[in-house]
Amino acid sequence: MELALQIWEWFPLWFRILVEVLAKIVVIVVPLMIAVAYLTLAERRVIGFMQVRMGPNRVGPRGFGQPIADALKLLTKEVIVPTNATRFLFLIAPILTLTPALAAWAVIPFGEGLVLADIDAGLLYVLALTSMGVYGVIIAGWASNSKYAFIGALRSAAQIVAYEIAMGFALVGVLMAGGSLNLGKIVEAQSGGFPGWFVWPLLPLFVVYFISGVAETNRAPFDVAEGESEIVAGFHVEYSGMAFAVFFLAEYANMILIAALTAMLFCGGWLSPFWGDWLATLSAIPLIGWVFAGGVHWFLLKTAFFLFCFLWFRATFPRYRYDQIMRLGWKVFLPITIVWLFVEGIAIVAGWQPWLI
Amino acid sequence: MDVYYFLFWLFSAVAVFAALRVITVRNPVHAVLFLVLTFFTCAALWMLLEAEFLAIVLVLVYVGAVMVLFLFVVMMLDINVAPVREGFIQYLPLAATVAVIVVVEMVLVVGTRAFEPNTLTAPKRAAAGTSNTEALGELLYTEYLYHFEIAAAILLVAIIAAIALTMRKRPQTKYQNPAQQVRVTKQERLKVIKMESEK
Repeated sequence: MELALQIWEWFPLWFRILVEVLAKIVVIVVPLMIAVAYLTLAERRVIGFMQVRMGPNRVGPRGFGQPIADALKLLTKEVIVPTNATRFLFLIAPILTLTPALAAWAVIPFGEGLVLADIDAGLLYVLALTSMGVYGVIIAGWASNSKYAFIGALRSAAQIVAYEIAMGFALVGVLMAGGSLNLGKIVEAQSGGFPGWFVWPLLPLFVVYFISGVAETNRAPFDVAEGESEIVAGFHVEYSGMAFAVFFLAEYANMILIAALTAMLFCGGWLSPFWGDWLATLSAIPLIGWVFAGGVHWFLLKTAFFLFCFLWFRATFPRYRYDQIMRLGWKVFLPITIVWLFVEGIAIVAGWQPWLI
Repeated sequence: MDVYYFLFWLFSAVAVFAALRVITVRNPVHAVLFLVLTFFTCAALWMLLEAEFLAIVLVLVYVGAVMVLFLFVVMMLDINVAPVREGFIQYLPLAATVAVIVVVEMVLVVGTRAFEPNTLTAPKRAAAGTSNTEALGELLYTEYLYHFEIAAAILLVAIIAAIALTMRKRPQTKYQNPAQQVRVTKQERLKVIKMESEK
């Protein structure tokens, strides 16, 4: 052990930092990718049960081999580049959608101090990166040299820009309540168990944020960017094989990101929902006490709940018409957020801050 | 310290290259994408200057929103490159004059004593833990409050003007009022007709 430590010290500092950061990235990205793979299975199974059918259950025990079989199938298929497509942009577009979805995880705190980059402007960073994802969609649609893909890209661009504004305003409400842009500090400001979460004082902003998140990730009922019944598959109609799979990965990684952010900004992140004496009594129980105290497992549980909501929405709601999407974004959500920010501002000036228990 | 210099030269080289490509590339969509790259590398340079709030806001506002709309418009234009290039010789004298004036102005500004390398000292690095966002907010809402408010008022006027321009009602466009649509009752839509059964 000491020898290993000595060898480690012998390396230059920059090398040690590099190795450490890379190791942390691997620790975050590998479980994330596994989560993405099994989210696709979960989606098909959950929607299957909601529609009273089985879903995929043939590959491996209870269908658990399905994501691996799908990945292998997509890996071995040919990536076809359409004639007169802009080759470079066509191939780089899937990467441009996936990169921001993964990079945003750098500032997500999984537990107290369990974060890759503890930066002060964390919330802004997340907002900036989620707004970058739209480039992949637009470039994919344009470079494909296909009318369906192009229409899908235009729809997606207008939709994402519209909902990003409501989303940004909702986050302004969160940072006003939390008093910081640092995600860890925002979570800590929600201590005090279930009633201390921001979801109660900021309920309208929570609803706006989560629905905007569904729209931002182009999920049903806002999935007009790929509306199968009108434009075949939207912006990724010309993609095949691994290039298509990367779009798929990006969509699910974005879903997990939005779910994690909602859990963190409105539902107390890694904090336990119990409070006061209850928390003290329950966490003092030997062996299973840690379950009731705060920790990574609560964060994962809350994230899983919001991911389930994504799937639930898809099985429940019919697709919006395009003009209704625009109306909802601009004429409903934006006024709600502005009014609630105003109310919140007055509450803060008057010193009436129920979330600071 | 060496890493800072390396990053600085890397990002400035990319920024200059991308800025040049914006005006030399033939395809307008590629030009817009190079402009995005320029913005992005400039944001990285600001980050090196410890202006993280401004850097992230540059990415958020310009890259994430303004350039998306720009790209949106440029993609829908069917630009034929040949007619655009026709007037090149004709406009060359005027454009060259403007370019010379701009260059002279820049030389006059940058060549003054304030920008001489020997008179400048490198600004001190902020102590670890200072929040750029907090410092900026404090300055904006105390010392520069009036400037800030005036800028906000000008922007508000611009927003209202832009919306007012699109608000004219054109007679041939059809509008739907969802509130009216959901308030519709059965009596308005359904009519039960009693008729003799056909033999």
